[in-house]
Amino acid sequence: MKLPNPAELLPKMAAALNEHLANRHISEPRFIGIHTGGVWVAQALLKEMGRDTELGILDVSFYRDDFTQNGLHPQVRPSALPFEIEGQHLVLVDDVLMSGRTIRAALNELFDYGRPASVTLVNLLDLNSRELPIRPDVVGATLELAPNERVKLLGPAPLTLEHLAPAAH
Amino acid sequence: MTPTDAKRPLQLNDQGQLRHFLSLDGLPRELLTEILDTADSFLEVGARAVKKVPLLRGKTVCNVFFENSTRTRTTFELAAQRLSADVITLNVSTSSTSKGETLLDTLRNLEAMAADIFVVRHADSGAAHFIAEHVCPDMAIINGGDGRHSHPTQGMLDMLTIRRHKGSFENLSVAIVGDILHSRVARSNMLALKTLGCPDIRVIGPKTLLPVGIEQYGVNIYTDLAEGLKDVDVVIMLRLQRERMTGGLLPSEGEFYRLYGLTSERLKLAKPDALVMHPGPINRGVEIESAVADGPQSVILNQVTYGIAIRMAVLSMAMSGQTTQRLLNQEAQANKAAEEQN
Repeated sequence: MKLPNPAELLPKMAAALNEHLANRHISEPRFIGIHTGGVWVAQALLKEMGRDTELGILDVSFYRDDFTQNGLHPQVRPSALPFEIEGQHLVLVDDVLMSGRTIRAALNELFDYGRPASVTLVNLLDLNSRELPIRPDVVGATLELAPNERVKLLGPAPLTLEHLAPAAH
Repeated sequence: MTPTDAKRPLQLNDQGQLRHFLSLDGLPRELLTEILDTADSFLEVGARAVKKVPLLRGKTVCNVFFENSTRTRTTFELAAQRLSADVITLNVSTSSTSKGETLLDTLRNLEAMAADIFVVRHADSGAAHFIAEHVCPDMAIINGGDGRHSHPTQGMLDMLTIRRHKGSFENLSVAIVGDILHSRVARSNMLALKTLGCPDIRVIGPKTLLPVGIEQYGVNIYTDLAEGLKDVDVVIMLRLQRERMTGGLLPSEGEFYRLYGLTSERLKLAKPDALVMHPGPINRGVEIESAVADGPQSVILNQVTYGIAIRMAVLSMAMSGQTTQRLLNQEAQANKAAEEQN
């Protein structure tokens, strides 16, 4: 399957996000990218929207539910949220939405910092294989992949999507 | 029971990940760096309003302290709690061993309570190693200090302190001062500094408090404090372990302070931005002057904060390594069963 070019998806995503925020009367959203692909998408999206705001970075390794199966990710980074979470409208950005478990972990982590007024979810890709009731508000493209097919975002500049070799088992 | 061999050291699983944390001896540089990196991330957790992550939720960490300690015990407790584990602490010295129960029976009982991780502190060198090898190989065993042998989490928290304040180890001179002979902290620090690439490790102390054969650690030995402190980047002071001293090694504490105590005057011999470290508890006026311990170059209290992050890193990494090993064993067993059927 041919994968979309992220640069072509961004203008549409920016427009959809602006509309979503306007509908909700959110004037000062806080942007948070999930390490690492989500951070790249968030940076590109902010640029596309002409916004010059600080970006929060979330590493959800300490919150994953597959720790007992897969262990700790060896390259875990500290999360860095340079603003208050309490009472804020958040825009949470990630690259590929697959099972939805990363987003579940991210929401848990965010709530340990405070109680946000709202969380808007933005994904570059939705693979339509969610295992949890988590739905993005803004999506670049929706793809149907074969059962053992995987995609990965490369970046940060330029952003490109690539097929990954199928997992060994 | 898992045999140890040169190919697969006892503390590592088949994939080279940490499954016990017993000593820094033989651990590769990459693994030490991974512990420091992971601890760096946990430091951020400690600065939040909610200082807790759900990594070890539902796991039980059991601190078994055969030897008294306040700092190590409480920071291990806090570390486990911040990982959302359930924690129990047993001061065995005051508990059933005084009623005649053996080490083995105590541990078997704790195992039956379905603990997942043991943190062991013991006055005998090699106690944690013995437990990991012969008693509970399938539980993560963390050494919280064993005799004169090793105190690996203290060693790593000292490394984290140095890295956070100095950036790296490649161009540093580090002096370890005082009672080297009785100090498991000194041993762990020498090993860690060597592995992490510190080019100039100095040990400074009276001849009677330097162990025989210390040269094997690749350190430079000084019996004169002024000479040894010259232009160092880091000074690690050790506590004078009066309780381990059986007499004859020192004329008096006053004499020791006069010759080896770190005073403001002597600290001037080191680089102006030299760090002053101490594993605690400090003996003011015995090995260190109060003005130095509380001075601007002292990072003694930072060490305590970093200690929690290091212990969080080691607890979660060992738990993860044990789980991976269990899965590998199950897979191997399934393969074997399938082979036998054919």
